[in-house]
Amino acid sequence: MLRQIEGSRAVAEAVAACRPRVVCAYPISPQTHIIEGVGALVKSGRLKCCEFVNVESEFAAMSVAIGASATGARAYTATSSQGLLFMAEAVFNASGLGLPIVMTVANRAVGAPINIWNDHSDAMALRDAGWIQLFAESNQHAVDLHIQAFRLAEELSVPVMVCMDGFILTHAVERVEIPTQEQVDRYLPPFVPQEVLDPASPVSIGAMVGPEAFTEVRFLAQARQLEALVRIPELAAEFEAVVGRPGGGLVSTYRHEDAETIVVALGSVVGTIKDVVDQMREEGTRIGVVSVTTFRPYPEAALAAALEGAHRVVVVEKAFAIGARGLLGADVEALVSGRGTKTSTVVAGLGGRAIPEGSLRRVFGEAIRGELEAVNFLDLDRAVVDRELARMAGDPRTSPSAARVLREVGESAARPI
Amino acid sequence: MFQVRIHGRGGQGVVTAAELLAVAAFNDGRHAQAFPSFGSERTGAPVVAFCRIAEREIRTRAPIDEPDALIIQDATLLNHPGLFSGLKPQGYVVVNTRKTWDEISVASRISGLPKNHGLVVGATEIALKHLGRPLPNAVLLGGFAALTGVVSLAAAVAAVEDRFSGAMRDGNVAAVTEAFNETHAVQARVKREKRPVGAPAD
Amino acid sequence: MTEQTIKFYQVGSFAVGNRLLGPQLRTVQADRTRSNALTSGHRACQGCGEALGARYVLDAAMRATERQLIVVNATGCLEVFSTPYPETSWQIAWMHSLFGNTAAVATGVAAALKVRGDTKTRVVAQAGDGGAVDIGFGCLSGMFERNDDVLFVCYDNEAYMNTGVQRSASTPAAARTATTEAVGREPGNAFGQGKNLPLLAVAHEIPYVATASVADLHDLEAKVERAMELRGARYLHVLVPCPLGWGAASRDTIRLARLACETGLFPLFEAAYGEILRTTPIRHLVPVEAYLRLQRRFAHLFGTPPRTEDIARIQAIADRNIRRFDLVDGSVEKEQR
Repeated sequence: MLRQIEGSRAVAEAVAACRPRVVCAYPISPQTHIIEGVGALVKSGRLKCCEFVNVESEFAAMSVAIGASATGARAYTATSSQGLLFMAEAVFNASGLGLPIVMTVANRAVGAPINIWNDHSDAMALRDAGWIQLFAESNQHAVDLHIQAFRLAEELSVPVMVCMDGFILTHAVERVEIPTQEQVDRYLPPFVPQEVLDPASPVSIGAMVGPEAFTEVRFLAQARQLEALVRIPELAAEFEAVVGRPGGGLVSTYRHEDAETIVVALGSVVGTIKDVVDQMREEGTRIGVVSVTTFRPYPEAALAAALEGAHRVVVVEKAFAIGARGLLGADVEALVSGRGTKTSTVVAGLGGRAIPEGSLRRVFGEAIRGELEAVNFLDLDRAVVDRELARMAGDPRTSPSAARVLREVGESAARPI
Repeated sequence: MFQVRIHGRGGQGVVTAAELLAVAAFNDGRHAQAFPSFGSERTGAPVVAFCRIAEREIRTRAPIDEPDALIIQDATLLNHPGLFSGLKPQGYVVVNTRKTWDEISVASRISGLPKNHGLVVGATEIALKHLGRPLPNAVLLGGFAALTGVVSLAAAVAAVEDRFSGAMRDGNVAAVTEAFNETHAVQARVKREKRPVGAPAD
Repeated sequence: MTEQTIKFYQVGSFAVGNRLLGPQLRTVQADRTRSNALTSGHRACQGCGEALGARYVLDAAMRATERQLIVVNATGCLEVFSTPYPETSWQIAWMHSLFGNTAAVATGVAAALKVRGDTKTRVVAQAGDGGAVDIGFGCLSGMFERNDDVLFVCYDNEAYMNTGVQRSASTPAAARTATTEAVGREPGNAFGQGKNLPLLAVAHEIPYVATASVADLHDLEAKVERAMELRGARYLHVLVPCPLGWGAASRDTIRLARLACETGLFPLFEAAYGEILRTTPIRHLVPVEAYLRLQRRFAHLFGTPPRTEDIARIQAIADRNIRRFDLVDGSVEKEQR
């Protein structure tokens, strides 16, 4: 049914339609509306056969999901940022045990400094935890991905993280087509666990594995994730057949076929990039965009194919490996450098900084003119950081820069989206 | 695309105003995207919310730096620096106040604002009359609809009916309608029909 | 339900035997057909109190639930020595959680059972003192507050044994551990206020809290049975001596477990909804020295000269327990409100 609805609430409805048996979560901005939505559906009786557990921490949330999933119940939770990091041990535990938990991550920056706004540092911090990671471009996409996530997770026995930009998507009210219960039931069969805690057929789950077998166990986990590269497009096609619109897959492309410059990005910024691409196309620039929907497993072949004809690639990403370089940017560079294709990473939107179309136009123009470095920070206030660097060089005593930067920059540093 | 920026203070329903506008546009068969400025909001602090309305899918998530219309829910914000920043020439301004347009003397701060694109509405008073509470958000929606023609009265009313229940619903419907009619009566040149948002480029 | 304490013991050893009891009064352990939840072949140390405690508790729980039981186990000695992949010595449905989340994982298991209407299958969570008193306390408190239908059992050997005997919040005053060495002006663990998890459980006002010792099998099994008759959050704290960590002879495990109770250092009691209902009286009061001397972790108290002040302070702890729980002056059954 077509609705004008807040992203969080749309996701709550989609998750409810997937008939979760146990939902457990701890509140953290900006995920709160999702869990409140599911909670309300349970309490009002609209979502039946669902146990909603109000846990005392995110670590408890993932733990409750683990216990429930191991007992054969379809389990769901949601978190962001600090919460995701707090449950990190359990996140690794879930994938190591092969439990098909689905979790929404409402992407938010990870502190310090504390910041409640959107970027991808939370999901990126857990990108090696063995979960499948999907990134939603819009709230419609988020709805569609959650439904496919349950199917994917249970088929492969791999937990799935659906990432949607905090506030930008979660708190935006926009048009969403929410699949009917009948459509979801057609697509998502009941959960049949591969291994389950059952007194009638007792097993020991979670045993210690020593050096003699650990490598093989990890290799098999890798093999399972790579299976997902095959299944994800197939499951997306099945989903399209049910709802009548495409809504998944590994990567998606926009005006890339004859593009000399291709922009690669994750999540909601792709929408803004598409508008900029249209503007620049109108002026004759051959530019296109590739949106990475499946980030883990890493869709190497699909990405390589999409970037085949590009002369240059610009990776726009909302995260950064401090002390190193870009994340997706580094992967893409490794992928295309052999062909002589130049890659630049543009780090944008950190801590929720707005990404205006004008700034993107400017930086894409700089890429085309070969003026970009390997790693660039979009809309960096160069004057402020130069002053701060000079000050730090002159004064051996270290002290937090954040306070000084904020004072200098004033309101614009906290400029909302 | 038509872009609206709504200013107010925490507790005045600014975020709801943007959402109501988006739902109204949806009711008119359009695409709409509403989002708040996400800050540590607290009651009384300045709050901003945004709404885009278009004939086709809205993909961008960029900030609205150049709105086509401003809705000011709290006149005490009128001296706030940057309140009118980015307003497009030929843009619209709706202000919640009992004073006249000349009395609030904003025209001088907005260069090129067409004479009939500014509107004052005593929304708080209308709200008090119909709701018993000083919640001007839905009321201003009525004024906006009449001023710009971007959403129809019927769509605005439907959005209000969807959002509220009981006395709040009935009161808000009456308030929206009163503001719309009052504005329409004052602004003789406003077209009643749905204004095509596409001209010249969407 | 009135109970009669079985006052039968062999002269000189205070051991309670089953030989002269009718079969219906015998323990689960005396039953050849018991579930043997933790079967032989595991890698525990000789004389391990925890292995004993786990077997006692789970066999009793299996009987009480007609073998409809799922167990969640924290990281620690018990988990490590019982499941060296690909072998397991558990003959029950069992899952290793993590270190700090056993209560939460058990909550998840209980939620899954509840939502499918399974009222027969019950859940036990078990952890050492580390996984209950320290790192596991947050999740445990959450489970208590929600009154989730789980029996949480803590096997308390008073330190982080599996990682090499480091101090935990359960480590008693003056005890030597690897992080509270018997050196310096105040050797061994500090004399702090301790962290009494049984009393913290009582403060959460959950349906049932009890302490038990591996030296009194009848008492322990009765408490497990009583716990499994109830629903909601329940807590059982079992003292389990560790020969390696305590520096005791492996043959002294049961003796130490008894002495801990008979000195007053480990009070045996039951509580419900925030009120202490029943305490087990000390039959033969013993000074703490008799208990401390058997353990090398307290050896520094008995050097030349002996640390008589520290021993007196430990005695004072025991005396306070005796007063607080009314452990002497006959059996006192507190009225249940």
